[in-house]
Amino acid sequence: MSDVIDLSEVSLRELNTQLHQATSGHFVVRNPRGAHAVAAGISADLTIEIDGSVGYYCGGMNQLGTVRIDGNAGTGLAENIMSGMVRLSGSATMSAGATGCGGLLVIEGDAGARCGISMKGVDIVVGGNVGHMSAFMAQTGNLVVLGDAEHDLGDSIYEANLFVRGDVSSLGSDCVQKEMRPEHVGALTSLLDAAGMTASTDDFTRYGSARYLYNFHVDDIDAELREEEGA
Amino acid sequence: MCGIVGLFLKTERYRSELGRLTAVMLHEMRERGPDSAGFAVYDEIGGGQTRISVLAEGSQPDWGQTVKALEPVLNAEVLVRPIRDHAVFETSGDGRLARQWLIDNLPGVEVLSYGKQIELYKSVGDPDLVATRYDLATRTGTHAIAHTRMATESAITTNGSHPFATGADTCLVHNGSLSNHNQWRERLVQRGESFQTENDSEVAAGYLAWRLREGDTIHDALERALVDLDGFYTFAIGIENGFAILRDPISCKPAVVAETDDWVAMSSEYRAIAQLPDVDHAEIFEPEPGRVYTWSLAA
Repeated sequence: MSDVIDLSEVSLRELNTQLHQATSGHFVVRNPRGAHAVAAGISADLTIEIDGSVGYYCGGMNQLGTVRIDGNAGTGLAENIMSGMVRLSGSATMSAGATGCGGLLVIEGDAGARCGISMKGVDIVVGGNVGHMSAFMAQTGNLVVLGDAEHDLGDSIYEANLFVRGDVSSLGSDCVQKEMRPEHVGALTSLLDAAGMTASTDDFTRYGSARYLYNFHVDDIDAELREEEGA
Repeated sequence: MCGIVGLFLKTERYRSELGRLTAVMLHEMRERGPDSAGFAVYDEIGGGQTRISVLAEGSQPDWGQTVKALEPVLNAEVLVRPIRDHAVFETSGDGRLARQWLIDNLPGVEVLSYGKQIELYKSVGDPDLVATRYDLATRTGTHAIAHTRMATESAITTNGSHPFATGADTCLVHNGSLSNHNQWRERLVQRGESFQTENDSEVAAGYLAWRLREGDTIHDALERALVDLDGFYTFAIGIENGFAILRDPISCKPAVVAETDDWVAMSSEYRAIAQLPDVDHAEIFEPEPGRVYTWSLAA
C-alpha cells in the first residue's frame, strides 16, 4: 500500500511534515508542478515517488530515504544528501548533488552547471551530459558521466574520482587525467550497477586532482610578479 | 534575485488569453521579486499606429494639454488613454520623436516604451496587484515579457522596475547585474540613445535598441552583446514579431524554456511554466550558457 499525496490538494508543508513523521512506508506525490523542497529532509527508510517535475532542493539533506522523481528538477537536486538514493528520470539544472556527503544521486538525463560542486562523499551518476564547472572543489566521492562534460571540469578539486565516457570540453585548474587502475574499474562497475546503467568501463577516462594547489608554492609568487611587471 | 517570465505565442490559439496566461506565470514568480513588477504586451492594433506608454509617478499632468503640445511636433493626431498613473498615447506620427519630446518637455514623466505593438506598465508593490492594477489578465496579443523585482543593489522604485525599453518595440527584462554599464551608457548616449534611469538593465535595453537601429538582427545584436556586456545576466527580450533569450557564459542566474507547437515560454523557474496549457507535451530545456535563442513570427 502506498499513501498518495496530491500537492494540488495539500500544502507542501503538510506533505513534508507527513514525510518527516513517518518511520517507514511508500509515498506517491502527485502534481508537484515545480514546487521547491519537495521531500527535503527525509531521515527514515521511506520510498517516495514523485510524479512530475520539481523545483529547487528536491530530496535535499536526504538520509536513508529513496526518492524517485519522474520529471525534471530545478537547482540543488539532492543537495547535501547524506545517504539513501535520489533518482531523476529527466534532467536537472544547476548544482545537482551539491555538497553531498554520502548516498547515491542518479540523473538519467543531463545535469546542468556545477553538478557535484563541493561534493563530500556522494556518488553521482549522470546518464547524459554535465554542465560547466562540475565537481568544482570536489572533496571526495565519485562523479560518473556517461555523456560529455562541459568546460572546467573538476576545477580546484581536492580529491574525488571523476569518470567521463564522452568528451571533456576542458579541465579546470588542478584537475588532470589519471590512470584507471583495477580498483577504479571495480568502483566504476559497482556505481554503474547501483545506478542501473549499462556501459563498458573501458570507455571511461578518470580525472582527479593533480594536488598542485594543496600547498603554497613560492614560484607562483614569482609568476604573479612577472605577470604584473608585464614580462 | 528577481523573476522573469516570457510567453511567445506561435499560433493564434491562445492569443486571446495572452494576458491571463502571463498573469498566471507572473504570480508564480512573486516570491522571487515581491518588491515591484512590470510587464510588456505585444499586440498589433493596425493602421500603422504607434503607441507610447508613459508613467507619471507624482501628480498627473494634464494629458489633454500634452496632446495639444505634442500634435504640432509630430504633425499628426494624438490620442491619449490614461490608466491610473500611466498613460498610453496613440499616433501615426514618429514614435522616437514623441519619446524624446516627452522626456525633454515633461519632467517627472518617464517614457516606458514606444512602438507599433508594445504597451508597457510597471509599478512598485505586489506583482499580483500590479497585474490587476493595469489589467494584465484581459490583454490579448502575440507575446509578453514580465518581471518581478527583488531590489538588492538600489532602492525599491518604479523606475528601477523592469521591463526596460528605449527603442521601437524592443524591451528587455534582466535577472543579474552588469558591471560595465556606466561605460556603455556613455558610449550609447554618444550614439544617440537617451536614458531615464541609473539602472544597468536600461543600458542593456539601450544597447539592443542601438544595434537594431544599426541594422543588426536580434541574433547578431545578442552575439555582440556577449562580447560587449560584462556581468551576470539572464535576459528575456521582446522585439517586433519576435522573442529572444540570452544568458551570460557563467549562467548563475536560472532559466528554463518550454516549447509546444503553439507557444514558447521562458521563466526563472519551472513552476511558472507548469501552469500553461498542454505543458505535459512541451519540450523543456535549460538555455545553454552564452547561446543566443530567438523565435519570430512568420511575416
